Order: sequence, then structure tokens, then C-alpha cells
Amino acid sequence: MKYFLRKLGMLAFTLFVSISINFFIPRLMPGDPARALLDKMEGLPPEQIESVRAAFGLDTGDSLLVQYGKYLGNTLRGDLGVSFSRFPMPVTQVLRIAIPWTIGLLALCMVISFALGTAIGIAAAWKRETRLASFSVGFFSFIRSFPYFWLGLIFIYFFAFKLRLFPIGGAYAVTETRGSAAWWLSVLRHGTLPALTICVSSIGGWMLMMRNNMINVLAEDYITVALAKGLPLRRVKALYAAKNAILPSVTGFAMSLGFVVGGGLLTEMVFSYPGVGYMLYQAVNAKDYPLMQAIFLFIAAAVLVANFIADIAVMILDPRVRDGAA
Amino acid sequence: MIKDFFLTLVRNRKSLAGLCILAFFVFVAAFAPLLAPHPAKADRVVTTRLVKAETGDPETVAEGEASDVREVETYRVTTVREYEKTTDYFPLKAKPGKGHPLGTNHAGQDLFSQLVWGTRVSVSVGLATGLFVTLLSLTLALVAGYAGGILDDVISFFTNVFLVIPGLPLIIVIAAYVAMKGVLPIVLILGLTGWPYPTRLLRAQVLTLKNRDFVRVSRSLGERPSFVIFREILPNMISIVMAEFFASSMAAIMGEASLEFIGLGNVTVVSWGTILYWAQANGALLSGAWWWFLPPGLCIALLGTAFVLVNFGIDEISNPRLRKR
Repeated sequence: MKYFLRKLGMLAFTLFVSISINFFIPRLMPGDPARALLDKMEGLPPEQIESVRAAFGLDTGDSLLVQYGKYLGNTLRGDLGVSFSRFPMPVTQVLRIAIPWTIGLLALCMVISFALGTAIGIAAAWKRETRLASFSVGFFSFIRSFPYFWLGLIFIYFFAFKLRLFPIGGAYAVTETRGSAAWWLSVLRHGTLPALTICVSSIGGWMLMMRNNMINVLAEDYITVALAKGLPLRRVKALYAAKNAILPSVTGFAMSLGFVVGGGLLTEMVFSYPGVGYMLYQAVNAKDYPLMQAIFLFIAAAVLVANFIADIAVMILDPRVRDGAA
Repeated sequence: MIKDFFLTLVRNRKSLAGLCILAFFVFVAAFAPLLAPHPAKADRVVTTRLVKAETGDPETVAEGEASDVREVETYRVTTVREYEKTTDYFPLKAKPGKGHPLGTNHAGQDLFSQLVWGTRVSVSVGLATGLFVTLLSLTLALVAGYAGGILDDVISFFTNVFLVIPGLPLIIVIAAYVAMKGVLPIVLILGLTGWPYPTRLLRAQVLTLKNRDFVRVSRSLGERPSFVIFREILPNMISIVMAEFFASSMAAIMGEASLEFIGLGNVTVVSWGTILYWAQANGALLSGAWWWFLPPGLCIALLGTAFVLVNFGIDEISNPRLRKR
């Protein structure tokens, strides 16, 4: 329980830090932040500039502390300002369109790549003497070094442009009625390449992490004892070794989450997949600062909550943590 | 100490392979002016030839290869000397071939030259950022680990907080506010967001070492903290510090390429990331110009693999369990 409360406190504090970072980034930039922001918006209609001033509390004559207080209040109420590029839509509303796509894509990919990578890692550690195992280690570390967005470009080039197997971008066929069977099929077809990109890029990380944990566990005495007792190999592999090796992987899952989410954002940008990442790309290009910052806040919050869930999973899986010994 | 460390690295097959690839890229970066056939942004070659003089022999002043587009103009410098100036424009979006081993881009710039010059920018930004991150996190780790107490609590707490805040979105938002002049802002942004993970690992190592007997002995003998830190703790951390340096450099090269690809870097600088940015912006993909976007990514992947291989070697050296039996 103490562990749970500590993690909950950490979640609250990290959320608070993210919200504060979001407030201070524009203000910490060299030069007069308000001026710089307004200069960047040159050519925008006055009502948009006014909305930014209101949203950011710039040029209002309030002290920094008052601005900060107002900002915190607004954020907690879910008011993150108005988008420039889709004026006068509130950014939260813009964001709401994109969120389901990203969550659908990323959640699916993470589950697939975590499961596959962990399974391959277990196998590679169990049979580490074989050629196939050492080859797979080299292969996956090479694959892992590809930038996500570049792998996406390659997939588009070969599978969408050359072979014409999949669409080049987007998330669904605009010609189909939303919600129909054909529409869902088009969603699948559009999602295949982005999903493949994310899975292929992230699988190596899980695989290598699991392999190393597993090798460490396999060197433990209790494994030798289990083998000496003549327990079935499969039982030793699954219940004695893998079960214990997976714990650091779950913790690592939380740690790598931010990285995979980052990669997912880039993948969306390459595929013009209408999720949060592509929206961030559009916001950056349109200099839509309120939208950009709202997206950062959303992603940070999502990752932090997912981290919290992973911590809870560790609590359930690890009796040492559960019983408060560690 | 450092020499010993490198000797061990060279003896390990994986890290040797990694070091060789790394050395290759550093070599290309260092000798870019000699290796690149053209300046990074050249789209033409100008040849000036003396066609008429008192002696009568033609003499070439500067020369380049011919191409599809050619402009010739003749002019007199003095009454007796006559020059012919030939301007050969490079073809646009040309396939790899004679004169352009990796083809050209939308502006007719030689992509092989761009790749070579880009190596210089990408490798130096990567290594500089890696160094910056390593020094920053090492300092934090030593202060936190050695001093302990409230200082340690504060540093560790903030490390843990920033560790979980997703890096790339933060980098993107910061970069969107910064005017990119040169590549220094990228180094700073990537450096100031890359410290939490290495700090955490290094601090753990400092703590372990601090409690080793030989360190305890010198502390109780009253050695100065600077002696204990720099003579006793630091030399025993070289392998993990180097591992963090390589990992941070790799992350920096990826981060730089990502930022530039999105268009948040300085797109007028030629680097691997900006080549990909221009390729994407000019529809290289849909015009089938594979020679444009394939090589920069391969270079990034190859360099990334080099760092991973070196770190494999370091892992195997420091963790005997991972070594082949």
C-alpha cells in the first residue's frame, strides 16, 4: 500500500512538473518570450493574437506568478487555449479527433512487439549457443538502429509505391461510409504499414532486454538445481527462468515507453496518419503553439499514466514489492 | 586506465567491429573536403579555358565534368587573351551514374557530396552531444552519489521525474520555439533533455563504488574528496561512463535526424537529417528517387549499430555472464 501511495504521489508530481515545463518553455527562451511569440505570429489575424495572449497570459501586465496561477487553473479545468490553425476551435477539441487513432495504433503495436520481442528474447537466451540465436541478436540490434521515420519511408517506398500493396498514407478510405465493414477494412489496410514500422523498430529493444535478463537469471543457482532435479526443461524455462526474468522487462517497459511513443509520433508523421503525432507535425509547421503545447501535455500525461500502470503491474507480479519488503 | 580500457575493447570482437565502423565515419567526417567531389551545395561545375593567347596553346584554368545542361560564354580579359567559360549544370533528380555515384537531388546537387559533408555535421553533433550529456550526467551522478544526503535526494528525485517525461515531444516543442542558427541549439536541446537516464545509471555505480572497501579505507584515512573521486571512484567507472557516452551519442544522432527530418533543425545545413527532410519535402518517395532517401538512413543505422556493438563489447567485458562460454 505504501508502494502504491508512493507511486501515486510520484504520478501527481511528474504531472505537475510536465504542466510547469509546458508553462515555462515559451518563457525561458532567449529574449522577451512574449514579444518573440507574438513576432512569430506576424501576419495572423488580431483576434488570434488576442486568443494567444489570453491563453498564455502574455502581455497582460500580470506578474509571472499570477500568470502561472491562472495557467494552472485553466489547465486543471481542461482549458488549454484555442488553436491558431483551426481557429476558433479549442485545442482540446482538436486533440480529441486525433487521440483514438494514436491510442489504437500504439497500444496494439506495443502489445504485439512486447509479446513477440520477449518471446524471441527468451528463446535466444535459452538456446544462446546456436547460430540462429547469435544471428538474431546481431540482426535485431541492426534493425533497432534504424530511425523509425526512415524505416517508415522504406516501407512506403517498397510496399505502397513499388508493390502497391498498401495505401501510401492516411488512416482510412475517404470513399467509404464511416463505420461500415468496408471502412473498417480500409482502416486495417491503412494501419498495416505504420504498425509494421513501429513493431519492427521496437521489437529489438524488448528482445535484447529480455535476452540479457534471461541470461542473468539462467546463471542463478536455483536454475542449476532445477535442472539437476531433472525437472522438465520447458517447466524450468517458463516458470523458473522466464517468470523471473520478465520483471526487469516490465520496469523497462515503462522506461522505454517514452521512446516508443516518440517513435510512434514520427511514424505517424511519415504516414500522414491522423493521430497525435501527425497533428503535432502540422501544429509545428503551422506554428500553432497552443495546439503544440496541448499535444505535449497530452502525450506526457498519457506516458506518465502508463508508467504508473506498469508500476502497479510490477507490484502485482513481484511479491517483494507487494509485501512491502522492497 | 583509458588505454587499458581501449585495449580490452579491441580484444573483444564485437566492440572491435563497432570501433572500426565508428573510426570509418570519423575519418569521413574529418576528411570530408578531400573525399567529397563537390561542395555540399554545388549544382554546377564551371570550367574556364584559355582559348586564344599569344602562345596559342589552350590552357585549362579549372575543370569539371560535362552534363546535360551547358552554357558557354567567351570573353576577353586583355586584348591578347581570350577565355571560354563553360558552365555545366548538374541534372536534376538524376539516377546514380557517371559523375554522380549517388545521383542528384531536386536542385541538382550531388548527393554523394552531400552525404560526405553531412557525415561531418551528423557525426560531430552526435559526438559533441554525447560528450555534453556524459559530462553533465557524470557531474550530477558524482555529486549525488558521493555527497549523499539531501543533495542526493534532490538530484535523484528530479532524475526520476525527468526520466519518465517523454523526450521526443519535449524536444520538438522546445525546438519549435528556438531559432536554429547553426547546429549549436540542437546540441544544447538534445543535451539538456538527454541527461536523466545516464545520470541514474552512473549514480548507482558511484554508490556501489563508494561502499567498496578500498574507497572506505581512503575516506577513513582522511583523503580529500577530490582524491577519492578522481583517483579512486572515477577510474573504476571508465567502462560504464564510456558505455553511456556511446549510448548518448547514438540517441543524439537519432534525435538530430528526427528533428531535422521534421524540419525543426536548420534546414540550410547539410546533414543526414536535412537530406531526408528535403527528400520528403520534394516527394522523393513518390518519384521513386530511392538514391535520395536510402543512403542517409543507412548511414544512421550503420553508425547506430557501431555504437550498439561497442556497448555489447563493454557489457560482455563487465558482465561475465553475457560472455560466450
